Amino acid sequence: MTTEVPLRQDGFNSSSTRTLLRVIILCLIAGAAISSRLFSVIRFESIIHEFDPWFNFRATKYLASNGFYKFWDWFDDRTWHPLGRVTGGTLYPGLMVTSGVIYHALRALTVPVDIRNICVLLAPAFSGLTAYATYLLTNEMTTSPSAGLLAAAFMGIAPGYISRSVAGSYDNEAIAIFLLVFTFYLWIKALKLGSMLWGASCALFYGYMVASWGGYAFITCLLPLHALVLICMGRYSTRLYVSYTTWYALGTIASMQIPFVGFLPVKTSEHMPALGIFGFLQLIAFINYVRSAIPSRQFQTFLATILIATFGIGLIALVALTSFGYVAPWSGRFYSLWDTGYAKIHIPIIASVSEHQPTAWPAFFFDLSFLIWLFPAGVYMCFQELRDEHVFIVVYSLFASYFAGVMVRLMLTLTPIVCVASAIALSSMLDLYVSAKTPDPKEVERIVADAASKKPSKATTGLRGSDKPKIGIFHSSSKFIVVASAIVYLLMFVTHCTWVTSNAYSSPSVVLASRMPDGSQHIIDDYREAYQWLRQNTKEDAKIMSWWDYGYQIGGMADRPTLVDNNTWNNTHIATVGKAMSSREEVSYPIMRQHEVDYVLVVFGGLLGYSGDDINKFLWMVRIAEGIWPDEVKERDFFTSRGEYKVDGDATETMKNSLMYKMSYYNYHSLFPPGQATDRVRNSRLPDQGPVLNTLDEAFTSENWIIRIYKVKDLDNVGRDHAAAAAFERGQKKRKTNKNKGARVLRVD
Amino acid sequence: MAPKKNRDRPLTPTPALAAHQDAAPAAAPLAAKSSATKSGRANWDDVLLNIYQYYMKETPQRTKLIDAFLLFLVAAGGLQFLYCILAGNYPFNAFLAGFGATVGQFVLTVSLRIQTTAANKSDFPSISPERAFADFVVCSLILHFFCVNFIN
Repeated sequence: MTTEVPLRQDGFNSSSTRTLLRVIILCLIAGAAISSRLFSVIRFESIIHEFDPWFNFRATKYLASNGFYKFWDWFDDRTWHPLGRVTGGTLYPGLMVTSGVIYHALRALTVPVDIRNICVLLAPAFSGLTAYATYLLTNEMTTSPSAGLLAAAFMGIAPGYISRSVAGSYDNEAIAIFLLVFTFYLWIKALKLGSMLWGASCALFYGYMVASWGGYAFITCLLPLHALVLICMGRYSTRLYVSYTTWYALGTIASMQIPFVGFLPVKTSEHMPALGIFGFLQLIAFINYVRSAIPSRQFQTFLATILIATFGIGLIALVALTSFGYVAPWSGRFYSLWDTGYAKIHIPIIASVSEHQPTAWPAFFFDLSFLIWLFPAGVYMCFQELRDEHVFIVVYSLFASYFAGVMVRLMLTLTPIVCVASAIALSSMLDLYVSAKTPDPKEVERIVADAASKKPSKATTGLRGSDKPKIGIFHSSSKFIVVASAIVYLLMFVTHCTWVTSNAYSSPSVVLASRMPDGSQHIIDDYREAYQWLRQNTKEDAKIMSWWDYGYQIGGMADRPTLVDNNTWNNTHIATVGKAMSSREEVSYPIMRQHEVDYVLVVFGGLLGYSGDDINKFLWMVRIAEGIWPDEVKERDFFTSRGEYKVDGDATETMKNSLMYKMSYYNYHSLFPPGQATDRVRNSRLPDQGPVLNTLDEAFTSENWIIRIYKVKDLDNVGRDHAAAAAFERGQKKRKTNKNKGARVLRVD
Repeated sequence: MAPKKNRDRPLTPTPALAAHQDAAPAAAPLAAKSSATKSGRANWDDVLLNIYQYYMKETPQRTKLIDAFLLFLVAAGGLQFLYCILAGNYPFNAFLAGFGATVGQFVLTVSLRIQTTAANKSDFPSISPERAFADFVVCSLILHFFCVNFIN
């Protein structure tokens, strides 16, 4: 940023110098963007983080080893055990295909790189491209030479974007944000030039975006909204018609090529605004043509009739189609953005994901630092000089701010516009204060007088407050102070971003790092220990039952079939697992037998104080199971009479008898001296007598007891139920073998 | 109907309209209804006639050719839609591909028409008719690639 100071001085001002500086600055920004995402690779190792990326990684490996067509028709029988998953038709293939292409291109260039490294480093590489796309987008918005570079620099290191794109975060967002920004750039370009070719390339990148991320609906709703606002402002132009219809016609057909999207663009409500505006634009174009053809009085009649007729018919048709079920209503995930209480009541599985919660204020400052208060200023400056592309910024910022306020995860779509708008604000300030020229007082007086005389005539187009005369700054000290404070803020932004990235967003959730008292790092690697155990010590097709959070990791690291995973497409199946986890052993054993479960895996953080364990997620399992079997699983039964969720001696009988409780605390008291067994997450003293497991055998417990794996017992040889058999083996007397045998019923054949 | 604020504008009083406008406020409420509908009809005929004349007089030959193609596309799309309504939409992707091709080709052709019309020159300073045609060809190729791919 400081490089712009010499740029302004005479002598350096040739265009080639500027271009060279621009290229150098952009390269440096890309370098900063990439290197600030490498904390986790350098600190730990080059490994895939989190949960979802493990599936993407697995799919990419499949693609790289089996070729594209096999991947397209891939039926995965190692997930959702009895059901399987038609993977080719239920995923967004853009990410995998991108890294597959890079993989093969590098091999063709005789640089054979492991597919894992490509997957790990894809997000940093694309973040450099995102910075460049932001540069292009911002340059469309303003003539200021520094705004684009500032926006690129902001976008490169803003934590709101880094949070989803650190090295190892191999998620759809890794490439989607680049595609989002670039699609918007192409859209603005198409709109400005009114060119079909730019509209078509916008549609192509839109198609790529559809292939990559479910968030493409954001574009599908934002572009029509922009067009609608432009029409309502009376800014309809033939350029709008050309760009929008080209984008819609090509983009819709292109988006329908993705099997997962299929017919959605003509069948669901999310896509109806785009279709509606498409039709509306045809109408407006026709009306506009007629306006030039006939005299204006006749035109009034014409207009009134046509508008009323079409709007009436269109609205009635939409309502009728929706109510008769031809057009699907909003899906739950989108609907919960409007009715924020909807998910919690009706679909607990959406509400159970932590990133679907509303955003708190500190998160905005944490993720965007000083950009968050430059952002409104930038939007205000767009109002001052309201061209078509500025309307886009205004619409986008309103839209994205609302959604980012509703859902933490959508902070990601807000970040690009925040960077663009605040770069516009900051650069216009810098343009004013950095310029070395001091205005001549006489000149200024003349300008002021001019402006004063011009005021009544109102020649300017902006808002009323915006047509103030341009007067320079006279004293260099004021310039110096303002520029210096801006530089201080920029430097603070860099340190803030680096600090946030390093401390908050660069931990691979697969390995847990803790600090020893002497400051050295201690790594807790229980997850991989357990998954490796599964991989090496169980049958190739041993089915693992766990809560859905770990489904992808088990599939990716342990390479074993699972019952449920993070792709929560079948709620009933998840509820089945929830029921098995939250019921008594006698109930869950038949469920596990029916699903051919061999091993059950639970995560338990009680010994280490690892709070993301299954006991803390347990209530969600209960809720999801209760949604399907309301009279067998009841959330109320897991609370004490005072309404507390407890695991110690006061826990309810249902809680103590649930499979999850038993698996988590099995043998746990034996680690401690008598009476000292404590759970460090729940901070409670556990009873001395641990739970008894009849139908499961403990198969493996990791070093820090984070992962516990149990083997499901086979049926008893002599046909007893497991409780009796286990009691017999423990040598317990069969409860006073009293002579009167009780009420046995007759044998029925 | 015709808003009053336009009354004192000098331009465009076609005879029928002017007569209607003078008559409508003056007429008694009973007679107003019938005269309004009648003159509304006359008004409409007038509008359509005007449009037709304007079109025939002002449109260059090449644009008329484009319009003929547009008419053909509308007919093709209408036929497909009618068939879809009558015979059901069973291979829905085939219907969508065919219908999308006509609609997409229609809007692309309209875009070409807009860009090559002399009156719109000021809207597209950077696009020459040749460039518009090249764009049109490229976009149509992309569209048809997708449609052929989608029809299976």
